[in-house]
Amino acid sequence: MAAETLVPRSIDEAVQLFGDGDGITVFAGGTTLMPEIAAGRMSPARALLLHRSGLDDLRVDGDVIRMGPMVTVATLADGADGVLARFARQVGDGEVRAAATVGGNLCATAGLGAQRGDLGAPLIALGARVRSTGKGGERTEAVEDFLAGDRSGRLVLEIEYDRPTGAWSAQTLRRRHAHSYAIANVAACSSGDGIRVGVSGIGPAAVRCRSVEQSRNADEVSKDVDPVDDAVATADYRRRMLVVLVRRALDELESS
Amino acid sequence: MRLTVNGIEQEISSPPLTALLHVLREELEITSPKAGCQQGGCGTCTVLVDGEPRRSCLTPVALVDGAAITTLEGLGEAEALSPVQAAFHNRYAAQCGFCSPGMIVAATALIERKGGPVERDEVLEALGGHYCRCTGYVKIIDAVVAASRGEVEPIADLPSSEEGEPDVLVKGSPA
Repeated sequence: MAAETLVPRSIDEAVQLFGDGDGITVFAGGTTLMPEIAAGRMSPARALLLHRSGLDDLRVDGDVIRMGPMVTVATLADGADGVLARFARQVGDGEVRAAATVGGNLCATAGLGAQRGDLGAPLIALGARVRSTGKGGERTEAVEDFLAGDRSGRLVLEIEYDRPTGAWSAQTLRRRHAHSYAIANVAACSSGDGIRVGVSGIGPAAVRCRSVEQSRNADEVSKDVDPVDDAVATADYRRRMLVVLVRRALDELESS
Repeated sequence: MRLTVNGIEQEISSPPLTALLHVLREELEITSPKAGCQQGGCGTCTVLVDGEPRRSCLTPVALVDGAAITTLEGLGEAEALSPVQAAFHNRYAAQCGFCSPGMIVAATALIERKGGPVERDEVLEALGGHYCRCTGYVKIIDAVVAASRGEVEPIADLPSSEEGEPDVLVKGSPA
């Protein structure tokens, strides 16, 4: 059965067509959904295609950077702020990044045997906020809260963060291969308010590491994250390596 | 939906979420883009969408409604190969040939974007998502660099089919 496809021509129309999200599959760049469809693991009944919705705006609004969910990963790789660009550059390869979007990256759940959503870590470290709509209407929340919730019921409308002022560090453990998913990512940023640390690639969604932020002790990362086993790495390996990656990130912030 | 494929306007009747790859291969019978992994991981389905290389297996056709698509067939013909095609031929950059359509299309876009000679590391970056399971990478990279420098010797005669061999229907694809 062919899916019903909805192609909104404005943000308002996209919000209205999405409604409470029930039974709707949102297509941004298609890079995570199309393999699922090709492999027969997914068969959308109603598809909301956002490519003409106007949700691809990227602008600097005073000291706040705002982006629509349809901003591509390639755009961020080329022009975003340090830590976000650094993680955007490790997503897929150039052709995949040109189609993949920041909204899709935030909403992607685990794939078959690998975790997705590298950009969650730097967005947490940057203190990003996500404005989304769905059941209960529109709301804005910290990116880590958005990631901890039921993303399938939300349509991302905007992602924003304050222009970073401090140092940052990016640590990634992965095989050296264009299409290898990360085993673990650690992003850390410092600002006048302290530090923020985000981890991605270790489970179905990126996680903020509040214990590490407060203690500045890498060993505390085990209190913040509970890594999963998958085809890329074991939970045990991730747990051990996270301590190393977090320590390196903290050292780098310290020394810069 | 409409697509302009290799300069010819086409009305598309496949369902909107059909991968561009399958629209090209099955509806339009343009078979140079190969159905390799169909997971976005191998690169042999790469085509140009408005001049930019894209994985056709990852692209629902509805997302490119109205776009100009260029496949390998649109780059050159058997009698008049494009510079990258000629370089692949002359420098033995094709072994089994399954990855060549995507490699050549992506390399052509790279050279076009650069507008002049490209360095090896730029080729590695641009083709980093393309697999050659014959592992013929060195000759492929050599061919792309040579094509970008215009170091493509003219091909006097392409091999023609021998007496007694069945004629191969050439629709412009070497694969």
